[in-house]
Amino acid sequence: MAALETIGLTVRMDDYVALEELNLTVNEGSFVAVVGPNGAGKSTLLKAILGLLPLADGEIHVFGQPADKARPGSVGYVPQFKTLDRAFPAVTCELVASGLRQSWPAVMRRREHERVLEALSLVGAAHLCHRPLGWLSGGELQRVYLARAIIRKPRLLLLDEPVTGIDMLGEDDMYSLLESYLTQREVTVLMVTHDWLAARHHATHALLLNRRLIAYGPPEQTLCDSCLRELFGHVGHTHHLAPEQRDA
Amino acid sequence: MLEALAYAFMQRALLAGVLLSLVSGYYGVFVVQRGLSFLGSGLAHAAFGGVALALLLHREPLWIAVPFTVVVALLISWVRDRTRLAGDVVIGIFFALAMALGIVFLSRVPTYTSDAFTYLFGSILSVTPGDLAAAALLLVLALASLPLWGRWAYATADREAALADRLPVVRDDYLLAVLLTVTIVVSVKVVGIVLMSAFLVIPAASARLLSRSFLPMSVLSILLSLLTAVTGLLASYALDLPSGSAIILTEGAVFIFCLVLTATAARRLPALFAAKPRSPSAAADSRRP
Repeated sequence: MAALETIGLTVRMDDYVALEELNLTVNEGSFVAVVGPNGAGKSTLLKAILGLLPLADGEIHVFGQPADKARPGSVGYVPQFKTLDRAFPAVTCELVASGLRQSWPAVMRRREHERVLEALSLVGAAHLCHRPLGWLSGGELQRVYLARAIIRKPRLLLLDEPVTGIDMLGEDDMYSLLESYLTQREVTVLMVTHDWLAARHHATHALLLNRRLIAYGPPEQTLCDSCLRELFGHVGHTHHLAPEQRDA
Repeated sequence: MLEALAYAFMQRALLAGVLLSLVSGYYGVFVVQRGLSFLGSGLAHAAFGGVALALLLHREPLWIAVPFTVVVALLISWVRDRTRLAGDVVIGIFFALAMALGIVFLSRVPTYTSDAFTYLFGSILSVTPGDLAAAALLLVLALASLPLWGRWAYATADREAALADRLPVVRDDYLLAVLLTVTIVVSVKVVGIVLMSAFLVIPAASARLLSRSFLPMSVLSILLSLLTAVTGLLASYALDLPSGSAIILTEGAVFIFCLVLTATAARRLPALFAAKPRSPSAAADSRRP
């Protein structure tokens, strides 16, 4: 079954067309890196799937269901820009538990606390459990958000630049952690990234987007000269690609 | 001081103070955490338009001011949601329009309208049995909305996450705005339009200073609101002060006390109000650096 299917997906912001006629099928278990220049509609795609932006046209199906009818908890999300109010009086475990309950926990039950700790441990952040949100660094908050996204064991995980704010070592950790999570669970990932090396190394598929679909397929085929030329209009961005890809 | 309780007007004022402080302490945490204190002020001033209209029509102010202010609140929310204007701009526009309408209405009232000043500055003498019934109804509504506390808190902490979870955030916002509006309109008689925003905000802000989690903040806000309203009303009687000023000055004193307490005992207080670990592993975890 397709984990995600978009049919003629169009998203407009007033007169600006952010996504146009996007037809895409992502199979279950894929790890898709969504790449494209700034303003290409990458985050817009994730937000449209989540219902955060209205569709001008088209349809989105998640595991065969219309996206707005998808089972609660079946989609996890780590946003690029955290809308979290850092001054909100809360500790980390409460934020993670909110992902489990879809509500703010007044009192946390023992079983819930165990699941929160399990999710935090998976992202290497168990030690942050009782830390106030305002004390977390950008990288720590990123891990905590990932814990919140995976706590309900989603089948589709949407990550919008998940390594933003994380140092180089942390980036490696984050990708290892994602890979290890993917091997443990049957989960489909859509990850918006500007890091093509990471896309090549970690993703099973690359989706090249520039307000419309440029290419979709295995990274070794899609991150090639001609596709990138179409994506950016020139090939200055391809200097870090392997020679065989530059020639492809 | 206790002889004050023998008077029916004082009993009504205290009962109204207790009921309204419980409700405003409860909603106040959302006002503070969502940065809506200007909305509180704007709606209180918008209520003036409704009161003035009621005086012009020779009707009971509450029954005109409540729907009038609810309409203003819904218009603020609607315009804010559908335009690119910042919330404070929209509030500023509607608050001024409602005030201007109120002044026009008052200018058409042929007799002297001391009632208008009662609403502007608050008076313990003016609480009627009808006001008490309205305050009691507000408390019942607040209790009925308790199941929504978690959803409201979730959307307050992270609105986009709540929307991404497909929770009815916009509907909840409108509901909260209406409940908040009715609370403000009913409270202005005791506290006064000018000081209403502070009545909502100061107990919650004081509670925020002492709390690391939202539930303790909510409980503390309600308790502080209750304590300061009762103390302020008694001080109002004893010192012959306007009730609104007496309550707000008491709340201000508590806020300064909390501020000093937080500054001097910052190392010990967080432990008092933090969310407690529920399992041995969590307790061990919390001790890690």
